[in-house]
Amino acid sequence: MPAPLVQLAGVSKHYGDVRAVDSVTLELEPGEFFALLGPSGCGKTSLMRLVAGFETPDAGRILLDGQDMQGVPPYRRPVNMMFQSYALFPHMSVERNIAFGLAQQGMSKGDIATRVAEMLRLVKLEGYGARRPEQLSGGQKQRVALARALAPRPKLLLLDEPLAALDRKLREETQFELMQVQRDLGITFMLVTHDQDEAMGMAQRIALMRAGQIEQIGDARAIYERPRTLFAAEFIGEINLFEGEAVQIDGARFAIVQGGRRIALAEDDSPVTGSVLIAVRPERMVMSHLHAGSAAEFEGTITEMAWLGDLTIWRVRLDDGRLLRVSRSNADVANAVFTRGDRVFVGFDAHSVRVLPK
Amino acid sequence: MQNNAAAGAGLPARLGRRLVLIVPYVWLILFFALPFLIVVKISLSVQRDGRPPYEPVFELGDGLVALWGGLQKFSTESYAAIFADRIYADAYLSSLWIAALATLCTLAIGYPLALAIARAPRRWRPLLIVLAVAPFWTSFLIRIYAWIVILKDEGLLNHALISAGLIAEPLHIYATQWAVLIGIVYSYLPFMILPLYNALEKQDEALVEAALDLGATPFAAFRQITWPLSVRGVIAGCLLVFIPAVGEYVIPDLLGSSDVLMIGRTLWDEFSTARNWPGAAAVATVLLVVLLAPITAYQRSQLQRKGAGR
Repeated sequence: MPAPLVQLAGVSKHYGDVRAVDSVTLELEPGEFFALLGPSGCGKTSLMRLVAGFETPDAGRILLDGQDMQGVPPYRRPVNMMFQSYALFPHMSVERNIAFGLAQQGMSKGDIATRVAEMLRLVKLEGYGARRPEQLSGGQKQRVALARALAPRPKLLLLDEPLAALDRKLREETQFELMQVQRDLGITFMLVTHDQDEAMGMAQRIALMRAGQIEQIGDARAIYERPRTLFAAEFIGEINLFEGEAVQIDGARFAIVQGGRRIALAEDDSPVTGSVLIAVRPERMVMSHLHAGSAAEFEGTITEMAWLGDLTIWRVRLDDGRLLRVSRSNADVANAVFTRGDRVFVGFDAHSVRVLPK
Repeated sequence: MQNNAAAGAGLPARLGRRLVLIVPYVWLILFFALPFLIVVKISLSVQRDGRPPYEPVFELGDGLVALWGGLQKFSTESYAAIFADRIYADAYLSSLWIAALATLCTLAIGYPLALAIARAPRRWRPLLIVLAVAPFWTSFLIRIYAWIVILKDEGLLNHALISAGLIAEPLHIYATQWAVLIGIVYSYLPFMILPLYNALEKQDEALVEAALDLGATPFAAFRQITWPLSVRGVIAGCLLVFIPAVGEYVIPDLLGSSDVLMIGRTLWDEFSTARNWPGAAAVATVLLVVLLAPITAYQRSQLQRKGAGR
């Protein structure tokens, strides 16, 4: 097991009364693609600025490659950042932008030229070296910003909402390119984003942040399939919630869903008892026109449907007034039979649920 | 249909647009070009006793013969006098020198101030800018008189320095070119701060952070990012200070002595004491030509920059 590249121990940062970062403890492995995910104001940007050295923590320690960063200014940290606005120097050509960090290190002209050419090739901008930032498209600026931040070969690259300014098509393409670059160079990436797709699509591990604290850390699948809190369940993806009661009978744990149905809980489920929320992802919902089996226990009417190409989403208003969301891949041709106004039965299987503390 | 409607509205609309453009031109012609032509005309006239104290004088309705006669009286002797007498060259050079020095000083003081205001929290900036311009609320003359009280041998500054034990004998600042320099720097500082602030405030603060992040020390980041991106503001501020400072009359008159030679005073002496209107007009015309050089150089550099940007 390699030593962690980044270690945060009890890091806190306050602005007045606001605890922007609240005793965060976190470790990043070398070569990892890590994401800080959370809504705006959750402290992810502050945490990133603490790592970059633009802010100093009120408490806690930040170690980079084993070295305490206390009192180390941003220009002496082996960390580079790709800014959300890209922050390209408008009075310099693409080449000089990329060379900027190398020139600060006192690298020789020849070495700089070699490295700049290499970086231009990496971000597929050969031939654009002499242009000015204002002559580039949004996607090209983004690549220059990436090349500039990577050129000095930092140990850690911070990416602040790197795809936010790109349109949808370009975003997916760039996402895969970023992953490729990260793998090729083996540099540790720390991505900061409010966009769950961005985090889930690229990062090996995600730290979900809320109100200055880390709510849950894990890979995308773990957070999606096994959220530990209601916040985690609702922030990533869509979720249907049912009131219920968790009980223990003869050593086995069960959840009693409001309405009376009892479902057995898996071992790894959070060991909560008492009043709980039973959470089910829309794609795990079962829906049929017939009352078939115990899984389809609620009756309601389809009020809305949205056909999105790869999947279809239905909103089902239950007879007791609750609103559920059901989605299915359109690979299933049977989808076509469900339309607005249909009376349907919806429900879920016992293995599809996640029990959350209320 | 729509095309027809557009064509119908086109003529008055185009006329309206022309008119809007014409207004500033009319203004410039009436209040700049015409007066300047009159000054040039007077500079080519000859001094005489009488009212006005120069000839030829043209009257409407003189007829072509009188006009021709008048034109033949034009002479360049005032210009010849300027180039013949060293005192004019000295006054021009001394004015340019004091104005240049004052411009450098206002830049040295104004840049850090403008930078501090531009980097201050957003809600404080308007207040700080108002404070920078606040001296304008008091009469210019009163402020210059106040400097006499401060700079005199027995004034506030010397009093304070002697009480503090820093000097034994009072400093002779008042009635020297240093007092003129201080007065100009003080009076023109807001003209330096405003364009600098305008240039600095527009800079994305992330640019400096990016430079620091890429390993530039704060000084290196200033030298490579902040300064080059503010050069337009620097040039604008320097022109706004330098040009009026060269022709400054009131400050050298009140704070300087007769040996502080500045062209504004020479001009005034020529005009009032010597009643040499053509001479004064020639001094003013030469000054304008001298000042035109840096302005056109600046504009050319702006045009080139624009051309390079394309």
